[in-house]
Amino acid sequence: MREPAKITPDLVAQHGITPDEYQRILAILGREPNFTELGIFSVMWSEHCSYKSSRAHLKTLPTRAPCILQGPGENAGVVDIGDGLAIVFKMESHNHPSFIEPHQGAATGVGGIIRDIFTMGARPIALLDPLRFGPLTDAKSRFLARGVVGGISAYGNAVGVPTVGGELFTHESYAGNPLVNVFCLGIAPKDRIFLARASGEGNPVIYVGAKTGRDGIHGATMASEAFDEGSEERRPTVQVGDPFREKLLIEACLELMAGDAIVAIQDMGAAGLTCSTCEMASRGGTGIEIDLAKVPLRETGMIPYEVMLSESQERMLLVAKRGREPEVMQVFAKWDLDAVIVGRVTGDGLMRVKEGDRVVAEIPARALAEEGPVYHRRMERPAYLAETEWADLAAVPVPEQLDRALLALLASPNIASKLPVWQQYDHLLFCNTVVEPGSDAVVLRVQGTGKGLALAADGNGRYTYLDPYEGGKLAVAEAARNVVCAGAQPLAITNCLNFGNPERPEIMWQFGEAVRGMGDACRAFGTPVTGGNVSLYNETLGTAILPTPIIGMVGLLDDIRQATTQWFKAAGDIVLLLGETRDELGGSEYLKVVHGLETGRPPRLDLTRERAVQAACLAAIRAGLVRSAHDCADGGLAVALAECCVTGPGLPLGARLATDSDHRPDAQLFAESASRIVLSVRPDDAARVERIAGEYRVPCRRLGEVGGDALALHGRGFSFSLPVDAVREAWSTGLWRWLG
Amino acid sequence: MKVGVLIFPGTWSHQDFAHVLQDVLGCEWGYVWHKDTSVAGYDCLVLPGGFAHGDYLRGGAIARFSPIMEAVVRFAKSGGPVIGSCNGFQILCEAGLLPGALLRNTSLQYRCRWVYVRTESTATPLTRTLAPGQILKIPISHGEGRYFAAPETLAALRANDRIVFRYATPDGRITAEANPNGALDNIAGVCNEGRNVVGLMPHPERAAERLLGSEDGRLLLESLLAAATRP
Repeated sequence: MREPAKITPDLVAQHGITPDEYQRILAILGREPNFTELGIFSVMWSEHCSYKSSRAHLKTLPTRAPCILQGPGENAGVVDIGDGLAIVFKMESHNHPSFIEPHQGAATGVGGIIRDIFTMGARPIALLDPLRFGPLTDAKSRFLARGVVGGISAYGNAVGVPTVGGELFTHESYAGNPLVNVFCLGIAPKDRIFLARASGEGNPVIYVGAKTGRDGIHGATMASEAFDEGSEERRPTVQVGDPFREKLLIEACLELMAGDAIVAIQDMGAAGLTCSTCEMASRGGTGIEIDLAKVPLRETGMIPYEVMLSESQERMLLVAKRGREPEVMQVFAKWDLDAVIVGRVTGDGLMRVKEGDRVVAEIPARALAEEGPVYHRRMERPAYLAETEWADLAAVPVPEQLDRALLALLASPNIASKLPVWQQYDHLLFCNTVVEPGSDAVVLRVQGTGKGLALAADGNGRYTYLDPYEGGKLAVAEAARNVVCAGAQPLAITNCLNFGNPERPEIMWQFGEAVRGMGDACRAFGTPVTGGNVSLYNETLGTAILPTPIIGMVGLLDDIRQATTQWFKAAGDIVLLLGETRDELGGSEYLKVVHGLETGRPPRLDLTRERAVQAACLAAIRAGLVRSAHDCADGGLAVALAECCVTGPGLPLGARLATDSDHRPDAQLFAESASRIVLSVRPDDAARVERIAGEYRVPCRRLGEVGGDALALHGRGFSFSLPVDAVREAWSTGLWRWLG
Repeated sequence: MKVGVLIFPGTWSHQDFAHVLQDVLGCEWGYVWHKDTSVAGYDCLVLPGGFAHGDYLRGGAIARFSPIMEAVVRFAKSGGPVIGSCNGFQILCEAGLLPGALLRNTSLQYRCRWVYVRTESTATPLTRTLAPGQILKIPISHGEGRYFAAPETLAALRANDRIVFRYATPDGRITAEANPNGALDNIAGVCNEGRNVVGLMPHPERAAERLLGSEDGRLLLESLLAAATRP
């Protein structure tokens, strides 16, 4: 690349910098930026790095609770779980690169989030991957899905961090813009958490890991634009991952962080060397000076602009204590990692980039990291809502064969068994996995304690499209309910907010409303937000994805032996429903799969009722009364009951059950009313569970009992029975036939 | 009685072995770094799972050149018990301590799941205390686990009772459905001529506690410890 001689308005525009933003740059510098500086501003002030459109909304989210040791603003959030231990977790998106090159796009997404966790001093012990693709009937979507799953599998397995779960949902709107969100959780001694704050004037700044190449230049800027016809031409901006080198980085960094030679550490992810340098300096209230002549390069002839903007993977920047360089270098040498002192901490607050003696960029670090533009973008209620909200669902015919409808739902990739995906992930490494993927939440034990962690990821784009506020609320509620069904108390969330182009007022309204809903739900459940990620511009040729907030929820079990799974355990057990089914078919998977409709209002969520249902369920589990607990959501009561019959690892179990309501038959079966949990209990314990439900003022209805080799369902106006083998067949082959 | 757990760069099951050896079995153990050149002081060696040196070329292909391997070969030749699980099995094959090779799974995909294996030979340190034909529930986690050997090698393995484990149904039948990776003859583990070196694809360390769904892997490690204890 050659450096342009002059900064022209065209060049500024090509960097995605608006004329107003450029005026701001001139004011900050008191002069015209050079080409390198323009590039640096361009990435740091990109939507991806600066959160300029979302920041004003995110500020409204609750972030505090006694257990929160570190909220948003660092590489990841930190939560105290007792016994001197803390968990460190975060979720991020890698949507844009994964569309351009699915295998490497997803793989480097995994690598990036893992670095965010061990950067804090925590050993990464679990990954979750919420994924969204176009319909798998479409060859391109299958290619993307296989590539993404293969990339996660290849990177996660080799790097040695178990992928213990996730979710997968398909919808037309994701065909040209799949979503790849990646969650990582680590564990650390509570008093050994590292922050990315450069301090101590004169302390050395050390570069470690892979050499810098031209890969990924302007990756963060790419992630801040919508796709057009030329998107596939951008393959060069996607990086290639090296899980082996990442594994070495994890071990070397954790070994170093066990001592006290390190002051601060940050990975070079989006915006690479630029971001790590100015953010560490800005957080520490210091400056950093680096010399690019010392940066290990993979290619010749790279100009400062390219070195500063490269997003080559598996690189870390750290600040060590002065005089402790030899021991730092010794550890990296042990692990065969290149480490070089590239600069030092200064007291002048500037990010000064030199090439030998020549200063090639000099910018106040804080201006880049913290003082980027903040937009209060215009919001406008989308016009389509006037139509969907008032859709006449009474006119939708009730199918004659409701058993067929149930089988069709079970075979929908959104509901069917995700085994074809998670069997490609090592989900057992570290000997912690007590409840494997395939139940409402995965449960990991915390070694050295009797405790457990329950993890769940959730978010329904269809609900959020039909009512962004309720969609935001429902995402948090369902994630919390999943964790509760596993026997855990919800602790805190991270999130990934995937939306369209924020410059469109109706997209911005969706975003603002969803965040408002999430905030209200988080406050109600006492589960603060510890950080997360916003991915905007998820559009192709002007069509946005369904607005998709994904919640990553972490819950704590005080006694790991109380870990609970979703499937029925034994014939003769009584099946109970906590909560109640309302006549709510709007936004349901049933309307989509059986009638091809995506309309109506999503289920209403009463936060007080939701809290009560969760508390009652948890109280019953803690009293040792619950054999299985399953969240009743996608596909409604009938799907939840069918899942209780067939999703266990053993032979399927039948059941004879009645519905709990007298709405139209399809609503009795398939309405996705919130705040419902299906329990199975020993016959002798049913009355005690009912009493607990009564104490929490939660409806609790006996639906029937477990047993036989058929799922027999009846209610007002219908009755049918399906062999459990047919039920399992539909559920287990629905996704298999596309991704097996 | 002290177990040496080898660490190559890219190994990841060493912590799990250490956890089981220390917290479940309460035995003495230590890590052996791949750049070391001696295994003195250890009564038995374990090569754990992972992606040694990244395994970009082929599972175990680079690890056999790690400095420690000369000492491992000497230890094995002198009759010391050496166990390789998963990537460790691949390394032992590449190092020539075990016959055959581990190819890409027939599905061409990585597989992590619980499998059942039938104990085919109890004449190894890993299986000495088991019953012949005993069925074990243990997880696998690999992309290259399809055991393969030339016909004459397979014949020799069979003739000398050197097939140690075969993938089986829960009730012990050897079927194609029970084979998770396309392994020749459902072979999940073999031993050397001296019977002191055993490689297996499953992860016994992941099946050593009831909380995790099976204690069958612990039986193998207990057998190993009993065998390696000096009289």
